[in-house]
Amino acid sequence: MFDTLSDRLQAALGGLRGKGRLDEETVSKAMREIRLALLEADVNVEVAREFTATVKERALGEDVSRSLSPAQQVVKIVHEELTRLLGAGDSRLVFGKPPTVILLAGLQGSGKTTAAAKLALHLRREGKRPALVACDLQRPAAVEQLEQLGRQIQVPVYALDRVDPVAAARAGVDAARREGYDVAILDTAGRLHVDEALMDELERVAAATKPLNVLLVLDAMTGQEAVNVALAFQERVAFDGVVLTKLDGDARGGAALSVKAVTGKPVKLASTGEKLDQLEVFHPDRMASRILGMGDVLTLIEKAEAAVEADEQAELERRLRAGEFTFDDFLASSKMLRRMGPLQGIVKMIPGLGRQLQGMDVDERQLARVEAIILSMTPQERRMPHIITMQRRRRIAAGSGTSLDEVNKLMAARKQMAKMMKQLGKGRLG
Amino acid sequence: MSVSWAELLGDEPTAADEPERVGVFARLRDSLAKSRRALAAELQAAAFDPGDAEAWERLEEALIRADVGVPATAELVRRIEARGGASSLEDALVEEVRGLFGEPPRLRLDGKPSVILVVGVNGTGKTTTIGKLALKLNQHGRSVLVGAADTFRAAAEEQLEEWARRAGADFVGSPRGADPAAVAFDAVEAGRARGKDVVIVDTAGRLHTQANLMAELAKIRRVIAGRCEGAPHETLLVIDATTGQNGLQQARLFADAVEVSGVVLTKLDGSARGGVAIAIAYELGLPVTLVGLGEGIDDLRPFDAGDFARALVAG
Repeated sequence: MFDTLSDRLQAALGGLRGKGRLDEETVSKAMREIRLALLEADVNVEVAREFTATVKERALGEDVSRSLSPAQQVVKIVHEELTRLLGAGDSRLVFGKPPTVILLAGLQGSGKTTAAAKLALHLRREGKRPALVACDLQRPAAVEQLEQLGRQIQVPVYALDRVDPVAAARAGVDAARREGYDVAILDTAGRLHVDEALMDELERVAAATKPLNVLLVLDAMTGQEAVNVALAFQERVAFDGVVLTKLDGDARGGAALSVKAVTGKPVKLASTGEKLDQLEVFHPDRMASRILGMGDVLTLIEKAEAAVEADEQAELERRLRAGEFTFDDFLASSKMLRRMGPLQGIVKMIPGLGRQLQGMDVDERQLARVEAIILSMTPQERRMPHIITMQRRRRIAAGSGTSLDEVNKLMAARKQMAKMMKQLGKGRLG
Repeated sequence: MSVSWAELLGDEPTAADEPERVGVFARLRDSLAKSRRALAAELQAAAFDPGDAEAWERLEEALIRADVGVPATAELVRRIEARGGASSLEDALVEEVRGLFGEPPRLRLDGKPSVILVVGVNGTGKTTTIGKLALKLNQHGRSVLVGAADTFRAAAEEQLEEWARRAGADFVGSPRGADPAAVAFDAVEAGRARGKDVVIVDTAGRLHTQANLMAELAKIRRVIAGRCEGAPHETLLVIDATTGQNGLQQARLFADAVEVSGVVLTKLDGSARGGVAIAIAYELGLPVTLVGLGEGIDDLRPFDAGDFARALVAG
């Protein structure tokens, strides 16, 4: 696959630090790479061009901070601008006189039905009383699918007309009102934005139910067409925001940027898995990193900076440089790691690593066992691992409720890490 | 000329094929004409000056806009440049795209029964494609059985059963949550016992990044291969034409898991041009076998690289 954007920029701009200001030549070179990265991420051609032009203006003449290389400085600016663009607008849903109607629309296969059920579950957990209304009478068994999902999450599904979607929508919303539900979520048939008849029908469903929230369901894997799709739906039903689906894949999701840029409508929710509770609020900064192919390296840096107190960090660094890595250090770093939040998430944020570790579980309990083993060592043992004999290992295993095998593995891991740290300390650290 | 179903299946042409020969290109062009942008304007030979760097840039951009992707676009442009100015730009592009796709597609259905395994990410149109394929095979004298090995998505079985009924095909289902490999096994067994010509196995949509689900798919394939000599005879990867560059990654990982033999490009009736198929052919050498041009049961067609390339640059 492609190198990361950071690597490519590094190659194009060189790693010189403290170059002073970003000059025309540097910025132009950088923008060519940024534009390619955006295109590879499926950002629309026109949007990519406009975006790089804006960023170029801002970057020109900007001071390069002393601690950064020009490439890093450019990445920082691009990331900030991308986050700003993606994050503008209110991502909350609007609620009014019950039942609040939420209409979901989109192309075939974008994930509307699943998104409808996820949204219902999400709202129920926030204390609302949602109902689902089946208006997809097009696809065979679409109503059955929604009914089955409704049963799974214990949300009622109204399928009151099997022929006319407008009648089904109206009757469903009326029924929700009568039976005291405060949100009615309308699942509509997938339709092509160029299909006049179906777009017309969608318009009539919206006119009949007056939704406070119209959401465009958009597959994160969508290519250049995202712009035309969004414009066509905007023209007909003036959607208020986007539900971005299938983000659990490895698509870079440039379509989200395209849609935001041409319609101004924010992404409100993101679907991150097949399970019905995997619907999240949208994080513009994460999306920016993803589009740029940088993992969440910036978030990670911030998190790390916030989690590790300064002197703690300095002391650890000193010891690492010296090539020491005792079990005390092991324990400290494990605790720091845990302070940063769920490990699974952290691992995903590291560029490159996310893909390698796909499908692999990072077991938090494993980390707890490691800590238990270390805590069963005497302070002396922790400082001087070489004194830990087989007899001591048995005692540690018994004391920590683990096995000799696990203790042995940890011993080996520490040794390996000490070796690695030593190399790092000699070389690039800092 | 377009590829007919008879050619795709290696049959003698019959009267049933004639209406298919005409109008496929017109139809494709017609649906693509709905697009707002006129690629043709960029590519008209008259407007193109090989010495004009901006003109080359516009060509590149037009291809990128069709989702061809950066590397395949660069390669196409390089090849067209290398040809010199002998032919019009459109002709040159059509020929180079054709060259990338190679020989016209064939569905290899020489088994008894032949097994077609259909795979892809969620929402690309696998089940719909199977319904239409079953009907077409039926119309061309093949008896068909479809097996619903999508035991994950709610109501997937009902959807396929409805399609099987419309297509006049036998149907083997399963309870939701059943082992999909077991369903595939049952379908192949039933197809053999009932003397069917073709067994089509539907699978649950899965993101190519889900390692455990991809392993499950590989198991389905192994079970099919173990039940029937030479099976699966075709493993078709269904890709939505609206998909961007992630389609390449999908093709790569599905090919790794189940030895994909061909691509079905669906939803070409929108304004999306499905250029990612070019990227897939260029980088992975995978051919496109079928295209989906609409919601009607007749809208599944054999892929024709020439038609596809012309539609790519049509206004």
